[in-house]
Amino acid sequence: MPKYKSSEILKPVKRIHGGIKLEHHKNTADMFTETLPEENIPTVTIPMVQHIGAPCSPIVKKGDRVYVGTKIGDSDAFVSSPVHSSVSGTVSDITTVTMATGNKVQCVVIDNDLSNTPDPAIKPHPVKTAADLAAAARECGLVGLGGAGFPAHVKLSINPEKPIDTLIINAAECEPYITSDYREIIENTQEVYEAIYLIKETLGIHNCLIAVEDNKPTAIQLLYEMAASPKDKNNEIRLVKLSSRYPQGAEKMIIYTTTGRIVKEGLLPADVGCLVMNVTSAASLYRFVKTGMPLISKRITVDGNAVKKPKNLICKIGTPVSAILDYCEAAAPDMVLYGGPMMGTALSDLSSMLLKQNNAVLAFCGKQASLPPIQNCINCNRCFNACPMRLNPKAIIDSYESGADAATLSSHKTMLCMECGCCSYICPAGRPLTHTIRLAKGKIKQGGKQ
Amino acid sequence: MNKLLKVACSPHKFTKDNTQGIMLDVILALLPIGVLAVVMYGLSSAVLIAVTVATCVFCEYAWCRILKKPNSTTDLSAVVTGLLLAYSLPPDLPVWMAIIGSVVAIIVVKQMYGGIGHNFVNPAVCARIVLMVSFPQAMTTWRQPLSNIVTSATPLTPGIVEKPADISLFLGNYSGCIGETSALLIIIGGVYLVLRKVINPIIPLSFIGSAFILNFAITGNFNASVLAILSGAILLGAVFMATDYVTSPAGGIGKLIFGTGCGLITVLIRQFGNMPEGVSFAILIMNLLVPAIDKIPPRKAFGEKEDV
Repeated sequence: MPKYKSSEILKPVKRIHGGIKLEHHKNTADMFTETLPEENIPTVTIPMVQHIGAPCSPIVKKGDRVYVGTKIGDSDAFVSSPVHSSVSGTVSDITTVTMATGNKVQCVVIDNDLSNTPDPAIKPHPVKTAADLAAAARECGLVGLGGAGFPAHVKLSINPEKPIDTLIINAAECEPYITSDYREIIENTQEVYEAIYLIKETLGIHNCLIAVEDNKPTAIQLLYEMAASPKDKNNEIRLVKLSSRYPQGAEKMIIYTTTGRIVKEGLLPADVGCLVMNVTSAASLYRFVKTGMPLISKRITVDGNAVKKPKNLICKIGTPVSAILDYCEAAAPDMVLYGGPMMGTALSDLSSMLLKQNNAVLAFCGKQASLPPIQNCINCNRCFNACPMRLNPKAIIDSYESGADAATLSSHKTMLCMECGCCSYICPAGRPLTHTIRLAKGKIKQGGKQ
Repeated sequence: MNKLLKVACSPHKFTKDNTQGIMLDVILALLPIGVLAVVMYGLSSAVLIAVTVATCVFCEYAWCRILKKPNSTTDLSAVVTGLLLAYSLPPDLPVWMAIIGSVVAIIVVKQMYGGIGHNFVNPAVCARIVLMVSFPQAMTTWRQPLSNIVTSATPLTPGIVEKPADISLFLGNYSGCIGETSALLIIIGGVYLVLRKVINPIIPLSFIGSAFILNFAITGNFNASVLAILSGAILLGAVFMATDYVTSPAGGIGKLIFGTGCGLITVLIRQFGNMPEGVSFAILIMNLLVPAIDKIPPRKAFGEKEDV
């Protein structure tokens, strides 16, 4: 099947430390994306925070008429990302909702008139300079769609003192089940291709690495054709095939595997000359530049053993999870996740709404929704060997459980933990290691208070 | 649809491996050795193995029951302790002594300090030492395999070491403790555990390697040195006892120090001490040093700043 010579695809420069092999469960990899019908979403609830950074304030009021793509929330802060209406209809309420993460967030509730009328003000948003691109990303409301939700315009605002020489397009998608980036590459190949050119040319980057894991053969074929295209005269776009290993898609990890550069403690990818963008983020940015329609819908993977009809589904932002699960015929799930099983957030309530950065809704029941029994640590060191950040999870936990102060906890480099979950996953005694490290991080952030 | 959902911190997916599975792998690796021992030494070794395993499991069960703790026998660690203890006993040891050993291993060494994961020395090793000190005569009476000839000499006893290492040592056809006779089966068990990623090969290799080198340095006799590592408890100790997770260091360097220390102390005791065997004491001493060894920072974090 492969039409490429394997010698033309780059090998990873480095291997990540530790990490784990997971069962992929990419059950929806070959399923063409469907769109959730408008009738299934009588109302949407759009939170003012769908990103890392300052919350937006609503700029509409109850009773206002809004259209698809109308900006409904914005903020003056730099690290923030505006939100837009995903349906056309009437603002029926502005309320405060407790999110899955436990934060209370202002939300705009919009009654859908089902007409799907785009905002008349929407027009293409051509970009010429790097500043234009960052501005476009902000207007688009683009956040890191890989799951982190970091405002994209912050990344794209290049500091001239820290020039970027390498653009890394992250198509690793190392979490089990999720196939939304994979489908993006297959279904919107041309847009992904144009997006890479747009970002590369606008920012003047001459080295672009597309990183993909080897469990995505079709995507590798398409991306290879993209990289080998005659338009790319100087061979500036190249494909790196990584062997599947979790958490390879994490930003620091993918920089390390594709370029060998190490993002040191407290520094950012820009400090090592790298810009990492998720493949769907890049394509979304291109679509915004082309059409002017901001980020108002998202392809998600709906799967899990409680879902009868797993799908890749394009859903409007703010759609209640219950509507998505009903459409995919999920029967009485015991546990529902935003995102993948390794780093996803468990929902306490099915009325929770879909956020921009969600790339999956997974529903599990029975044994797959249960935690392993907690036993004594037998010092097997598997957490130590699995930690991609080369921390010593057991030392952090022993220290936290014995009531150590913030300074001692920091001395174990606890704050470097990215909460990938490898330690908890691998623990044969079923101990909640990642959870305890989160508590330790919380204690450090509060200067030693519990 | 008002069913309450389960909510937990990520991750939400877990490995199928558990403590029980790890212990089961160790038991599988140990079983062939026991079968060979029964063939070589007859029923008495089968009785000893059965009694120590049963006593260990019973002690663990009774302790949990009396202290109203959750029953921990299902993790199979007591079975492993029982097997290891039995394997380090001579085949004709009186059964009541084996029972004392099992009680010491589980109650005194393991449970009194908090059960699995909290004992700071290996229960089987410590119990063997208690028996050796308490019943030196019975603990050093061996028997020729496949016969009833009683001998108190092992290939380690001075005077016999001149005999070159031969295939019988490898296959187990010589006198010794129940589990120490067949080097081949112990190595197969060790390879199995390494392949299953249950144990890290650093400890056994550094243990055996350092013992061989020191022995060769002292005696200057290659054959005697090969014999020294193939006979007695070195292989069993290096593969199954020194690799006990709870009582060995975390990092690779720590493991190297630990294994090397075990090998050197074993040979020093054998060569200069007044006991024929030093493996148990070597492991015990190194077990006690683990907290100190673990103070060596195992590694730098990924992207850690050099000077903070």
